[in-house]
Amino acid sequence: MTYEVAIDGKTYRLELNRVENQWTCLLDGHAIEVDAVLARPEVLSLRIGNHAYEVKREKVGNDWHVWVGSARFAAEVRDPRSLRGRTRVADDKGPRKLTAPMPGKIVRVLATQGATVEAGAGVVVVEAMKMQNEIKSPKKGTIQKILVSEGAAVNAGDVLAIVE
Amino acid sequence: MFKKILIANRGEIAVRVIRACHEMGIAAVAVYSDVDRASLHVRKADEAYPIGAAAATESYLNIAKILDVAARSGADAIHPGYGFLSENAKFARACADAGVKFIGPTAAAMDAMGSKTRARQAMERAGVPFVPGTSRGLDSYEQAEQVAERIGYPVMLKAAAGGGGKGMRLVHKPQDLQSALEGARSEAERSFGDSEVYIEKAIVNPRHIEMQVLADEHGNTVYLGERECSIQRRHQKVVEEAPSPIVDVEMRRRMGEVAVRVAQAAGYTNAGTVEFLVDQEKNFYFLEMNTRLQVEHPVTELITGLDLVHLQIRIAAGEKLPFEQGEVSIRGHAIECRIYAEDPDNNYFPSPGKITLLLAPSGPGIRRDSGMYEGWTVPMDYDPLLAKLIGYGTDREQAISRLTRALNEYFVGGIKTNISLFRRILRNADFRAGKLDTGFLDRMLKQHADQRPGGIDSITVEVAVIAAGMFAVLDPATASSNGSGATKAKPASNWKAAGHREGLR
Repeated sequence: MTYEVAIDGKTYRLELNRVENQWTCLLDGHAIEVDAVLARPEVLSLRIGNHAYEVKREKVGNDWHVWVGSARFAAEVRDPRSLRGRTRVADDKGPRKLTAPMPGKIVRVLATQGATVEAGAGVVVVEAMKMQNEIKSPKKGTIQKILVSEGAAVNAGDVLAIVE
Repeated sequence: MFKKILIANRGEIAVRVIRACHEMGIAAVAVYSDVDRASLHVRKADEAYPIGAAAATESYLNIAKILDVAARSGADAIHPGYGFLSENAKFARACADAGVKFIGPTAAAMDAMGSKTRARQAMERAGVPFVPGTSRGLDSYEQAEQVAERIGYPVMLKAAAGGGGKGMRLVHKPQDLQSALEGARSEAERSFGDSEVYIEKAIVNPRHIEMQVLADEHGNTVYLGERECSIQRRHQKVVEEAPSPIVDVEMRRRMGEVAVRVAQAAGYTNAGTVEFLVDQEKNFYFLEMNTRLQVEHPVTELITGLDLVHLQIRIAAGEKLPFEQGEVSIRGHAIECRIYAEDPDNNYFPSPGKITLLLAPSGPGIRRDSGMYEGWTVPMDYDPLLAKLIGYGTDREQAISRLTRALNEYFVGGIKTNISLFRRILRNADFRAGKLDTGFLDRMLKQHADQRPGGIDSITVEVAVIAAGMFAVLDPATASSNGSGATKAKPASNWKAAGHREGLR
C-alpha cells in the first residue's frame, strides 16, 4: 500500500508491501529493508537494516505523535487513493471549526477568508516545540473565517478557522 | 506493633506507605475522595473508605471524616504522608484524643516548628546558626530600616507563618524597603491570616541542603546525612540528590549535629528534616524544620540502606532506634526526579488527563515510586506529582548515567509530563559539575531550549516516517479507541480512515 506521510512540514511517499513476514519499503523511491513487530498497541519494534528502534505513538488532540527516542514528530498518514474517492456525508454539513491540537504559535496562514478549499488542504500552520503542524480543512468548502494571524500564540483547543 | 494503619493521603506516597505496611505484616486502610476511586492507592490497600468530594477540605483535609474511618476500620495508627494533614498540629492532637497513634512528631513539637519566628527563638537558645536578621516579627518600618542597615542589603522579608514563597520579598535598596514591607504584610495576611513579617539578610545564590533526622520516643536522635535540593522552580523542589556534591565528612558531621540539636530543642520525635541555606563559602544557616516525611526521602534511603517508613512506624509503636549514630554510613549516590503531569511547552502548567500508554523503566540502580498506571485518568484536583524516579550508583556519575538511561526508557503517553526537563538538567554542564544553587533551574530554562541536541538527523526522521506508516498498517484498531474525546461529529483521522480501510480489504 502507498501512503503520504507528513512529518515536520514535509510530505514523504511511503510504499509498504508485505511479502510473507518481510516488508518491502520504498521511501520516496528508495528501497529500505524494514522488519516491524507491533510489541503492543502503540509500541512498535522496528529493524531498519540491523538498527533497532522502539517507536511509540500517542494521540494529542486530533493529531498523532510518533516518538523515536526522545524526538517527537507530529505525523499524518494519508492514503492518496482514498482521498479521491472519499464520501463524507455527515462531515460535510454545516460549518466546521479548525482547532489547535496543542499550545503553540501560528507560523503561517495558508488560506484566505472566502477562499474555496478542498478537504485535506492546509489552512493554518501551528508550531510547537520546533514542530510544525499543518491544520487541514476537514471538508471541501469555503473559509468562513480565519480567527488567528501569523505570530499569534494559541492554546490547545483554540478555534483557528471556520470552514463553511 | 500496630495491626492496622490508616493512610491519610493519596498518590505515590500513599502507595509507598501501603507497601511498607505490607512488608511489616500490617493491614493498610486507604481513604479516597470521589475522584480517586480508581487511584492506585485504593487498588493496593486492604480496606478503602470514601471520604467525600474532590476538594481536599471535603476529604483529605477533613479531620472528622478521617478519624471516623479510623474508628470504623479499627486502625490503631495513622500515617499522614506528606502535604495534606501531615504538619497539622490540630490533627495530631485529634488523633491522640481519639486514641489513634499519629505516625509523626507530637502536636507540641509541630507547634514549636510551625511558626518560623518562634522556632527561631528556641533554636537560637540551642546555638543553631541563623541567617543574620530578626528572630521576631517587625513592629514598624523604622525597625525594619534599622535592622536592614545593620545586616546590610540585600535583605529578605518573610512571612512568619509562611511557606511556598508567599509573603516573601527580596529588597536590594533602602528606598524599596517600605513598599516591599507593605506588600509582604498584606500578602501574608491574605495567604495565612497572619501579617507577621520578619527580616533576614538575603543570601545570594544559596544552596538548599537539608538534613534528615530520626528521633525515637526514648531520647535518641540521629542524623542520616544530607540531601541537596537546590534545583527548584517557584520554590518547589524538582531534583534532589544525596549526598550533596559539596558536603564532605566534616561538614556533614557539623550540619548533622546542628540538626540533632534543632530536633532536641523542639522535643522532636519520629522522622523530620532540618533545612539549611548554604552560602558560597559553605556557611550553613538554619532555614526551617519540616515535621514530616519528605517527598525526597528515597535518596536518603538508598545511600543509607535504611527504610524510613519502616523506622517511622517502629518509632511510633514505641520501639527504640535500632542503631546508633556511629552505625550510620553513607554509600553511593542517589538522585531523584519528580515526574509531574505538566506541560513543558506551556510554562509547566498542570496537564491532567488519561494515561494511554505507560512504559516504565527498571534495571540496575533504578527505583520508581509511582502512583499512576496505564488507563488511569490523572485528576485535576491535586498536586500533579505522578511518580518519583530515583537513580542510584556507586558514585554521582554512575547515578546520573543510570538515571539518564531510565528517563530514556520512561514513556507516558496521553498526558504531558516534565520528563524532557530532566534530560536537559542531567546533561547540563553545571549540573554535571555539581555547581548548583537555587537559581540554577531558572537560569537553565532561560537559555535557548536545546530540545534536540545536535538537531534531528535525517535517519531519525526516516524512522519516524516508516514507523508512522507501519502503525497505520499494523495498529489500526487503537487509532479510535483512545481518542481524546473525539466523538460523533468529528471526522475520523485520515490515519484511522486509512488503517480502517486496510483492515477491511
